[in-house]
Amino acid sequence: MSAGFHIVVCGSLVPDPLQTLEPIRGPQGPGLKNEMMLPAILDPWAGHALFEAANLAASGGKVWLLSMGPKAKLQQVMMSVAQKAPFELVVLDGPAGGFTDAHFTARALAEAIEGIAGLDRSRLLLFGGWQSASRGAGSTLQMVGERLGVLDQFQGVDEIRVQDDGAFVVKERVEGGGYLVSRCAGPPAVLGWATGNLPEPPNNPQLGMANMRLIMPALQRAEPVPAEPGGLSFASVELPKARRETRLVKDLPPAEVAADILAWIKS
Amino acid sequence: MYTLPTLPGDDVRQIMWRFAERFELQMVVQSARAVARGTVAKLVAEGVRNSHEWNDKKASLLTAFDHSGLSALFMDPAQGGFIEGPKNLALALVAFELAWVDGGSATCSLAGNLALAPIHEKGTPEQRDHYMSRCVPPQPGEDREMLRGAFALTEPLPYVGVDTGVLAGKVRVAEWTPGQEPLLKVEKRGRFITNMDFCNFATVAVDTADERIKTSCMVIVEQGDPGVFDRGAPTLKMVHQLSSTRDPVFNLTVPAGRIIGGYTVQDGVIVPNYSHAEIIGAVFHRTRIPVGLMTTAKLLSAVEPIIRYHRNRFRGGDAAQPGSPRFEQGLQQKEDALHRLLDLWAMGEAGASLGFTAARLADEFDPLEREKDRIFEERGVSGPRRQMAALAEVRDKVLEYARLMSCSEAGRDRARLAELESDPLVRYAHLDAVLNVLIPACKLWNTGAGATMMREAVSLVGGYGITEDCPGFFMHKWTDAQLEATYEGPEAVQRMHLSVTMTSEIFLEQFRLWAEGLEALAGSGFQGGALVLARAMRLWGLTMDHLQRAKDAEGKKLYHRKRQGVTFAMADAVCWLVSARLLIMDVLELAAKGPANPVVADSLEGILGFYTDLCQVQAARAAGEAGRICAELVYGYGDGTGLEEFAGLRARLDAALAGSRLAKDRAGQALAGVMIPEALDYPL
Repeated sequence: MSAGFHIVVCGSLVPDPLQTLEPIRGPQGPGLKNEMMLPAILDPWAGHALFEAANLAASGGKVWLLSMGPKAKLQQVMMSVAQKAPFELVVLDGPAGGFTDAHFTARALAEAIEGIAGLDRSRLLLFGGWQSASRGAGSTLQMVGERLGVLDQFQGVDEIRVQDDGAFVVKERVEGGGYLVSRCAGPPAVLGWATGNLPEPPNNPQLGMANMRLIMPALQRAEPVPAEPGGLSFASVELPKARRETRLVKDLPPAEVAADILAWIKS
Repeated sequence: MYTLPTLPGDDVRQIMWRFAERFELQMVVQSARAVARGTVAKLVAEGVRNSHEWNDKKASLLTAFDHSGLSALFMDPAQGGFIEGPKNLALALVAFELAWVDGGSATCSLAGNLALAPIHEKGTPEQRDHYMSRCVPPQPGEDREMLRGAFALTEPLPYVGVDTGVLAGKVRVAEWTPGQEPLLKVEKRGRFITNMDFCNFATVAVDTADERIKTSCMVIVEQGDPGVFDRGAPTLKMVHQLSSTRDPVFNLTVPAGRIIGGYTVQDGVIVPNYSHAEIIGAVFHRTRIPVGLMTTAKLLSAVEPIIRYHRNRFRGGDAAQPGSPRFEQGLQQKEDALHRLLDLWAMGEAGASLGFTAARLADEFDPLEREKDRIFEERGVSGPRRQMAALAEVRDKVLEYARLMSCSEAGRDRARLAELESDPLVRYAHLDAVLNVLIPACKLWNTGAGATMMREAVSLVGGYGITEDCPGFFMHKWTDAQLEATYEGPEAVQRMHLSVTMTSEIFLEQFRLWAEGLEALAGSGFQGGALVLARAMRLWGLTMDHLQRAKDAEGKKLYHRKRQGVTFAMADAVCWLVSARLLIMDVLELAAKGPANPVVADSLEGILGFYTDLCQVQAARAAGEAGRICAELVYGYGDGTGLEEFAGLRARLDAALAGSRLAKDRAGQALAGVMIPEALDYPL
């Protein structure tokens, strides 16, 4: 039955987490120091969603990756992401930092989805990250679903199993390390993914070359998303209280890692 | 004063190395990087290099190469690859990415291509189709064994090298039934043969030991052929341990159809279409570029770990409290630490500029060479001597072409340039002259001078540098560089090659035009050392002219192939000069294209400021090296008289160093403020 799904994955870029991320206040509001120059990656949460989508669509169906971000940065990120799964890219040339307005983003994404040619909304699965590595508002995907009238929504998803009758079973993370298992009669639905169960696929340049035939034109024709007049503004932004300290430790047993983390939490 | 915001990222590199418009290459880079900083780095960190034997862990590299598309990179799409056209730049980028972490893994990746290169360059269409398509990993639904090759040229002492025309490996006729294809007996002992642990075929260089075979040739032998396919003992090398290297023994009977490039039978004698020397010449002409870039990658990969080490040097103890300069800046308070790192960085950049330019030009050269072959075949011009004579006929056109190319847009005769450009023989001869210097220069200088500079990198992190847990694997990289200086023709071979090619009339004229271009650039206000480099190039040209005319006290010519004290030194000097010039060219490209790139544009002023100063640092160093060499040769073999012109130019060269140390100070200041990632992106 998965042959029929039309899966739209919402996901954009975030700075490579190994980089030094130093918040600053710029003319356009808060941001990161040298943000444009920092290497970027696909938001890992969205990445899980994309890999799950590609897996689900492997026996049929189609995957779109809908990204809002600076298109020059998106192009760099696509050089890696395009090698990992077959998809068609839909680009919105707009902001992708940690200080964008979730309402503004959700509206832009929803409008873009409505404009995707060939998308059958009755077969739509809207995928995305449950959280984001940039700033986890945790609300954007829900709002996109609401705007599209998709009311079956699942968050913190780790697994989807499609049944013979077209229904699917979803496992959502809940408090205490447990799962809420739900049965949904069928699409349309929103699935905000946690980590899923799939590893990151290796790069496959052949696949990348096939994807890029559509990705490059999509990047070239991407229009800037107009800024929302009177949109979100930040009265103040504070540096994190706890400074990040990166330690590199080799060959530490898991038990010692756990003890170390526990000691840090207690401190 | 400018600020360098971050270390140069992919956007900057893609512009400088001219693949910003080639997304297939950008994807290959990402693919190779994922393997390098994932699989490869883990293997090195786990100590897998600490054995001569090939093992399962090392073999996981092959799987990673297969899965990431690197095994199929060398092939055309029709053979299962994914890049159309020449792949020199693609292979260079992959070697660079892999060697960023470990040179042996790059060798392992390249060695399969090297085995295929004789078939690719000179093989028959059937040989190409068969071997190249079967060296691609099986696709879903395909049930076949994947071929992996080894390139077997070098032999145990006293033969060993690639420069000798003498081979101990022999080929004889084993059986020749009239009307049937002859069977050949191939006997070869190899030394230092990469991929031997897992290859199932090898391309083997052998000389004729039978009057029924006219010349030496290269032959393909397979694991299942009748006879001995003994993989031999592991070579006890102490570097590049992630590549498989053994000393094999082959004693096999194969059909004559395995002679690479085919053969004809003339008067009862098998005449191979290509001798082993012709094939090797074609192969090494290109494959030396990635080897040169492997050492360059080590230098550039060392920059980030060294900065981090210097900044963190005093943190964690009582001697430096947070907020103090000692705590925040560490060793970067010291000018020496900054200046020495700049020297290393500048040399790495210049090596990359040289290597990637050579690779890019080799991509342009490949189709021209095929077109030249086609034209000569059509005209019945066969054999190297007749071809050289035919090319000599277009020499004047080539010189005119070079001069027109170097004119400004406004000043050139466009119609005439277009006319010359439309002649493939003109473009071939021009590019051939240039590449015949750039490629050996890349192999010689990037690895030789690079290995010495890698020692400096080890030194810059103190005792940490020689430990196994030094971030960036510096000790491995330093020692690996020594092998890279030897692979595919040691330094003496490259110097010998250069001592001939750098005296070609076309190259000398092009070199003069390059100097002229730099003078014009300096006149336009460019601050990146263009003037001092131009004067150094003029000095080199003047020295070459002098050496070719002058004789010593005994009346012997100074510039003579046996007088390597002269020729080899001039070869060393030319490498410094061309690499420094190409760095300037790449920075000019960044200046031209950077503003149109939204990622780079915001920070372009700072990036260009830094790179311009880096150019000046490297130009000053290159001019210093070249000036010293030229002075030693000109004064050292004479009595010091009649050299006023040389002395005057040398003095002007020295004067043009004005401001170069100030450029170093500025670059050092920028280096002290550059933002780097919190941690290295591959394991310790």
